[in-house]
Formats: sequence, C-alpha cells, structure tokens
Amino acid sequence: MEILIAVLIGVLFSVATYLLLTKSLLRVVLGTVLLSHGAHLLILTMGGLGLGSAPLLGEEASKYSDPLPQALILTAIVISFGMTALLLVLTYRTYKAHQTDDLDQLRGRLDE
Amino acid sequence: MSFLHIAIIAPFLFALIIPFFYKKISSVHTGWFVLVLPTVLFVYLLTFIPTIADGEVVTHLLSWVPSLGINFNIHLDGLALLFALLITGIGVLVVLYSVFYLDKDKESLHNFYFYLMMFMGAMLGVVLSGNLMVLYVFWELTSLSSALLIGYWYERKKSRYGALKSMLITVSGGFAMLAGFSLLYVMTGTFTITEIIAQVDVVTSSSLFIPTMLLVLFGAFTKSAQFPFHIWLPDAMEAPTPVSAYLHSATMVKAGIYLVARLSPVFSGSSEWFWLVSGFGLFTLLWGSFNAVRQTDLKSILAYSTISQLGMIMSMLGVGSAAAFYGYKAGFTAATVAAVFHLINHSTFKGSLFMVAGIVDHETGTRDIRKLGGLMTFMPITFTISIIGAFSMAGVYPFNGFLSKEMFLESMLHATDITSFNMQSLGVLFPVIAWVASVFTFVYSMILVFKTFRGNYQPEELEKKPHEAPVGMLIPPIILASLVVLFGFFPNILSHTIIEPAVKAIYPVSLTGVEHFDIHIKAWHGFNFPPLYMTISIIAVGVLMYLTLTKWQKIYAFLRLHKKDPINYFYDGIVNRIAPIAKKITKVPETGLLRDYLAYMYVFFIVLVGYTLFHFGGFAIDTNNVAEIPIYAWVLVAIIALSAILVPFITNRVIAIIATSFVGFLVALLFVMFRAPDLALTQLLVETVTTALFLLCFYHLPELRKEKTKPVFKWTNLFISIGVGALVTTMALSSLALGNKKPFESIADYFLKNSHDLGGGDNVVNVILVDFRGMDTMFEILVLGIAGLGIVSLIKLKMNGKEDL
Amino acid sequence: MKNNISVHTITRIAVFIILSFAVFLLFAGHNNPGGGFIGALMTASAIVLLYISFDLQTIKKVLSFYFPYLIGTGLLIAMGTGISSMFFGYPFLTQFFDHAHIPILGNVELTTALVFDLGVYIVVVGVTLLIITTIAEDDS
Repeated sequence: MEILIAVLIGVLFSVATYLLLTKSLLRVVLGTVLLSHGAHLLILTMGGLGLGSAPLLGEEASKYSDPLPQALILTAIVISFGMTALLLVLTYRTYKAHQTDDLDQLRGRLDE
Repeated sequence: MSFLHIAIIAPFLFALIIPFFYKKISSVHTGWFVLVLPTVLFVYLLTFIPTIADGEVVTHLLSWVPSLGINFNIHLDGLALLFALLITGIGVLVVLYSVFYLDKDKESLHNFYFYLMMFMGAMLGVVLSGNLMVLYVFWELTSLSSALLIGYWYERKKSRYGALKSMLITVSGGFAMLAGFSLLYVMTGTFTITEIIAQVDVVTSSSLFIPTMLLVLFGAFTKSAQFPFHIWLPDAMEAPTPVSAYLHSATMVKAGIYLVARLSPVFSGSSEWFWLVSGFGLFTLLWGSFNAVRQTDLKSILAYSTISQLGMIMSMLGVGSAAAFYGYKAGFTAATVAAVFHLINHSTFKGSLFMVAGIVDHETGTRDIRKLGGLMTFMPITFTISIIGAFSMAGVYPFNGFLSKEMFLESMLHATDITSFNMQSLGVLFPVIAWVASVFTFVYSMILVFKTFRGNYQPEELEKKPHEAPVGMLIPPIILASLVVLFGFFPNILSHTIIEPAVKAIYPVSLTGVEHFDIHIKAWHGFNFPPLYMTISIIAVGVLMYLTLTKWQKIYAFLRLHKKDPINYFYDGIVNRIAPIAKKITKVPETGLLRDYLAYMYVFFIVLVGYTLFHFGGFAIDTNNVAEIPIYAWVLVAIIALSAILVPFITNRVIAIIATSFVGFLVALLFVMFRAPDLALTQLLVETVTTALFLLCFYHLPELRKEKTKPVFKWTNLFISIGVGALVTTMALSSLALGNKKPFESIADYFLKNSHDLGGGDNVVNVILVDFRGMDTMFEILVLGIAGLGIVSLIKLKMNGKEDL
Repeated sequence: MKNNISVHTITRIAVFIILSFAVFLLFAGHNNPGGGFIGALMTASAIVLLYISFDLQTIKKVLSFYFPYLIGTGLLIAMGTGISSMFFGYPFLTQFFDHAHIPILGNVELTTALVFDLGVYIVVVGVTLLIITTIAEDDS
C-alpha cells in the first residue's frame, strides 16, 4: 500500500511540477494545489501508514493510526487553502490588470 | 547595558519618532525637537572629562555574539571622548544651523533629520565601541547615512552621482577594513581592541602583518578622503551645507583618522606604517591645497581644503608613529600631540567656514566666486566670521590654526632627525612639502574671504539682493569662531583635559610606560625657532602669490587639471564599464520568467537531494511491513493519477479547475481509507470552498490557450518534472525503509496515551490541535487572517487605475 | 437560477441543516471528528450555497458583519484563552477541563480548549467569508 501511494505521490509531484513550469498563470495555481495534495500524502505515508483504527479514543481499539501527521496535515490543508486563495486572487487581479495570463508576456521588456 | 550604550542607541530610537514630529506638529520646524538630543548627549559626555583627564578609561561590557568574539563593548578613553564631544557638540550647532538653513515647508525634513540622527548614532558607535566588529558595523552605517544625506536632494543628478560615488568608495574601503579586522582576529583570536593591543608582539611578528596593515589603511584612507580616494569628497558637496559642515569636514571624514590613531599602538614602529601614513598624508596635503586654489565654487574650495587638512593630520600621525620605534621619550610624540590639537582646530574653523559658505549661498543664491564679491558691506558679521576662520586655516596669529600649524611645521622639521626608514635621504622632503602646501593653503584661504567679501559687487549676477543672515543662522558659526579665538589665546585649557588623554589613548601606558605627556602649547618660542621663519615666509610668499594669481593660474590648464581631478577619469571609466557588464551578467539568469526561476530551483533540488540520497546510501526499498492493497485502493489511486495527469492537457478553463478539484475530492477518499476522518472532512470542505472560489474568479475570464512553445521548452519541463516526481517517490520509499530498519519510538504514543487524561478529549487529532500544539494552531489562524486581509487589499486597493505599473 | 423557486426552497432547508451540523461538528470536535476548522468550513460552504442560489445582496442582508472584525474577534478569543491561563501561573495556552452537572443536559464536559476552538472557528469563518464576498463583489 505504502509503495503504491509513494508512486502516486511521485505522479502528483510530477504533474504539479510540470504545471508550475508552464507559462499560464492559472496552470501555475492549479500546480500548487496538486503539489499540496502530494505533500500531504507524503507526510501521511512517510512514517508508514500502520493502519489501525481512527485516532478516536472512543473507539477503544487496540491500535490507532498515528494522530500526529493527521494534525500536521489538517493544519497544512487550511494553510494551503489560504495560500491558494491568495494566489488565485493575485492571478485574478493580474489578469484583470494586464488582460493576459501568459507569464511570457507578463515579464516585461527585456531591456528593463 | 549602560548609559553609554543608550547614548549610542538613543539617536537611532529618536530617529524613529522624527517622522511623527514632522507629520503631527508641522507648525514647528522639526529641527527644534531634534536639537534636544545632541544637546543632552553633549552635556552628558562633558561630565566624563574629569574622569578621563585623570587617566581613567570607562568600559562597559555587553555580550552580543560571544561565541564569535563580537561584543558590544564600550571603550571610552581620551581619543573616544574627544571624538564623541566633537560629534555631539558640532551636532548641536549643525542642527541649530539647519533649522534656519532648511525651509520647513519646502524640504522633507523628516528624511533629513532621520538620516542625520542615524549618522550621529553610527558615528558615536564607531568611536565608542571597543570591539572591531561592532566598530565595523557602525562604520558602514556612517557610510550609508552619508550617502543618503548626499543624495538628500535626490531629484538632482549630481546629488545621485555624488551619493553613489561616496558609497562605492567608502564601502569598498570598509569591506577591505573588514578583511583587515578578520586577519587581526586570525592573528590574535579576539576583536577587542585592548586585547589586540596587548598582543602587539604576536601581530608584528606575523606574516600577515603587512596585508592586515594595507587592508586597514585602505579603509581609513577611503573614509578620510586620502589621495587617490579623495575624489568622492568634492562630489559630496552636493549635500545640504549643514551636512557638509558636519559629516564632510568635522566628523565622518575624521573616522579614518580615528581608526589610524586607534590602531597606531598595533602598527606603529614599522617603516611601512610610517611611510604609508605620512607619505599618503603629505601627498594628500599637497594635492588638496594645490587643487583648492583652482576651484571657483566656495564649497569645492572647502572640500579640497578639507582633503588637504585631513592629509596634514594624517601625516602628523605618521611622523608621530616614529615614536614607537625610537622609544616614547624621544620627542616624536609631539607630532601626535599636534595631530590631535589640529583635529580640534580644524573642526572649529572649517565648521564655521562651511556655515559661512552656506550663509552666502542662502542669501545670494550662488556659491560661485566669479559672481560673488563686495559682500562685506552687506554682511559684516558673516565677513568677520569668515576672516577668523580663514586666517586660522592659513595659520595666522593669533588664531588656533597658527598654533597647530607651527606645531605641524616643527614636527615636520623634526622628522628630518629620523635616521632610519630611509629618512636620511628622503627626510628633507617632509618640511619642503609642508612648506609648499602651506603656501597654497594660505592662497586659497585668502581667495575664500577676499573673492567673496571684497572686490566688485556684481548685483546683476546674483539671484537675490544680499543681506545679513538671520540671527539663528549666525549663532553656530559665531560660537565656532569664538572657539577659534579662545583656543588661539588659551590653548592650554585643552592640553590636559582633552589632548593629553587622547594622546595617552593613542600611546597607551601599558605599551609605552610613559605615565605623563608634558603638553604645553605656546605661541611664542623666541627667535631661535625655525618654524617661526617658515610661517613668516609662508605668509610673505602667500600674499605675493595671491596678488599675482591671474598670472600663474594658467599652470592648471597646462597640467590639464582645469576641468576635473584626473583621478575622476579612472573612477568614471571603471564605473561606466563595470555597470553594463554587471547588467549583462544579471540578465543571463534573471530572465523575468517565473518558469526559469522555478526550473533552477527544481534542478538544484534534484541534484542536491538526489546526490545526498545516493551518495550517503540513503536509498532503500523495503517491502516488509507494508499494508495490504485492497482492490478499491488500486482503482482509487489509478483514478487520482489519471485525472491528475489529464490536467495539463485540458484547454478548457472550467474543466481544468474541476479536474483539479476532482483530484482533491478523491484524496479526501484516500484519507477515509487511511482512517483519518478529520482530514477527510476538512479536505472535502476545503475542496468545495476552493472550487467555488476558482469558479468565482475564473468563470468570466477568457479560455486557456493551447501553449505555443518550442519542443525544447516542453521536453525540458517534462524532464524536470519527471525527475522531481521520481526523486520524491524515492524519498518516500527510503524513509519508509528507514522507519522499518530503525523503528524509533513514535511520539504518537504519548499523544494517544495522554489525550484523554491531559487534554480531556477523545479525538486525539483535535486535542493535538487545540491543546498539545495549541500555539501552532494560533499562528496558523493568524496566517490565515493575514492571507484574508491580503486578498481584500489586493482587490480593494486599485491604485487609482495605475495598477498596470 | 436566481428566480428558481425549487432551488430557493431546497436551499433554505439545506442551509439550515448544514449550519446546525456545522455547530454540532464544532462542539463534538473534542471527542469525535470535527472541531473549529471543520465546523467553520462547513458554515462557509453553507453560505457559498446561499450565494449560488440567491445573490450577494441577500447574503449581505443576512450577515451584516464586517468580516475583518470577525477575524480580529476570533484571534482575540484564541489568544485570550492562552493568556488567561497565565493569570493562574500556568504557561501560555495551557488548557483545562472539568466535568459539570448541568440540568437537562446532564453530565457535561467543559473545556477551555473549546473556547480556543471557538476562536479558531470564528477566524476561519471570517476569513473564508471575507474572501468569498470580496471576490464576488468585485466580480459583479
């Protein structure tokens, strides 16, 4: 299972990197979204999934999943939500101001 | 933290509230508020005179980076006190003068006084710190504030040129000095000045002695405008006149002198030090005075005059260093005494002359001596001040400049007695150069006064009708001129209170064994005193040359000196050549395209992490201990991977967004599979809100275009992204294998065990968030709040339609 | 869609259910899945639903808060629980809990962590709604 997820993480990172390297601003933002998915899965998987019961003590199970990466990722999800929103609005404003989302055109003149 | 520490920091703190004064209390000139601080500091420092005159040294220790030997130590001895008094004392006068010089409605005073206070704090830091590294930090701060003040009228091209020039020259010198200090550390293992002096033997016997000396002197010479680094000082005259009087004649340019004096105990006694300091000093003296005569701008004359006077002080320190070689009782210390005395005198007469130049500029609208003339009747007080200042500078009795000039001439004559350092053959040059330079000094001093205040009055050349300056503007130069007269008649009020402690700081008792320097300055030595005849001949020849000025002034054109100082050609040449090359080099990596920057980072990431991973044998795959893969997991993972891979190929904006959200929702399913209900819930909700946001933002905007790019671009991108993916997978697998190989105790157990009893909750994830790691969560919501406000300002602030810029 | 009665009717009911569930999630968070973040995001999605089926004016009428104040209030609450523990000589952000017997509700666990979570909830709701309404306003 872990190996399968590791491969999936690789795929997510590859696609995210590819999107980040394109010249369209929207694709760059989508790239960051995929990148954070990849990173969350990476944190969750790196220590081994060690599947037990959900970390709710009310379950009274003999073995629980590791709660710490979950707490970390929960924080990370919310932060990446804030970041995505900020990037999104930045893109949106750039778009409105310059009428283009092509990074090649946005970089300005070469002689500057 | 002592009061002296606070005295250094106070100007910086005060600088912070200056904009407040400027904005809120605009009816009163900001300078009046600023005036308080230097006055308080000056009075506070005055209280140290008795202590320091008794030969004590005030030290305070404050650890900063003790592991590197960098500590903010205060070391207040005679030399430091002399400079600190100059900085604060002249500071008071200059601030008072600036109140009348700078118009409160037209000038951005908050900037001016901010920089000025920054400079004052930095300069106090330079002279009071007992640690070379701290000294260096403040030294660079003085360079920075000086450049900011030169560029105060930044809309003028010449101001910007002057600011850049002073910055480049002094900062490169400062950098060399830093290297020199580091070498001193290498030799002695300490940055504390007193400890370095205690290890003089180690330094002098080291092979690094000469390079260290050269580097330190490079710093001192650039700061003190010694030839050939003097070219920044005339251009620094673009600064407002109070600044020129303060930084570029009385205090900052003397920092180099301070450094030479401060490190004299370390380097004195070697022939290299003797020749470098006195040689550069003498040549600068000659070059400065010779070039001052050809200037037509009052402040340019004063600038070259300052260069020349700095050279003079430097040369005296150089000759004085012979004392270390001959033993301190042989009388060479007289040169050092003269240097310290002239340093004080120069600040008084040059300060007053700069202020006079400022008054003339202020009241007539020009500083060009070809347009000025006959102002004596309009400004009698200013004229009197300038007479006192200029005659003191020329070395005429009864002003203080006469006394120090005679002491200078005496010490130069005395230098011929030196029998080592090749002085037997070259020593005669010392008094000769001193004499020639003094003649030119006399000539330009006369030009300064008589071309401005006597001669023909040319009202048609002046912008304004001249009249006497306001009283407030006259008070500071009058105070300085009175000091010129006072020290001229009673020089000995300084000798035991200020000069002797300063000389003792340059030649510490621990090194010399001399407890007491007998300093008695007098004007009359009897007829059997060669400097007297030198002075008389200087005045005689000087008067003759001033009267025949037009006859021999062609020599400057003949020497091709009439346009600008020839050293400037080097500077301009270098700067004009280097700047385009630097631009070109910067252009190569900095293309302005986000993709390129990201590509560099990714390539570095792959290379560095990949190399480390494989080089140290971190790579491993371990299939033990992995969880089973149910069928639905295969399906889920395959769908996630497929939809992710599809995203780059979609050209429809909305579909691309939805495909990305789809991945997010499926990841939430993965979280369910991994027994993380909180995560799954959060992910689902975040994905919903994000998708709504995406669609809100992009619904109305045009379609994604199919990217028209070269195949090379695409293939490189593909290559890099596959590399990143492969590396991350490898990392994930290796860390799994590591976890299996060395099963370390997970801190999860602690949380699982204590969640109920300590946190009072059964949902361990939530307990971690709000209790165990509550601080993280608090900062997280803070970040979220900032992001929210950032978004609002991005949208609401529209920069008056100038958002394209 | 702006005048679609069936959508409006369903939304009214759905939003009510979602909002109650959000509050439940907030309070259940300490012992079951849920908590401040989740509750807040649930609340926000309810309001997004409102926006989609009605329009911005309606939302502004219903929620006449100034959202930046909401963010500030939430942060103050969160920080306040942290600081209040310092008054009793405990380190910053020490949380406490106790069980109390309240009529009708029975044995209830009271924790300061819940107050902290409430702060988190308010901040996250504030930020999300601030973002959504600002963008929506600019768009229209």
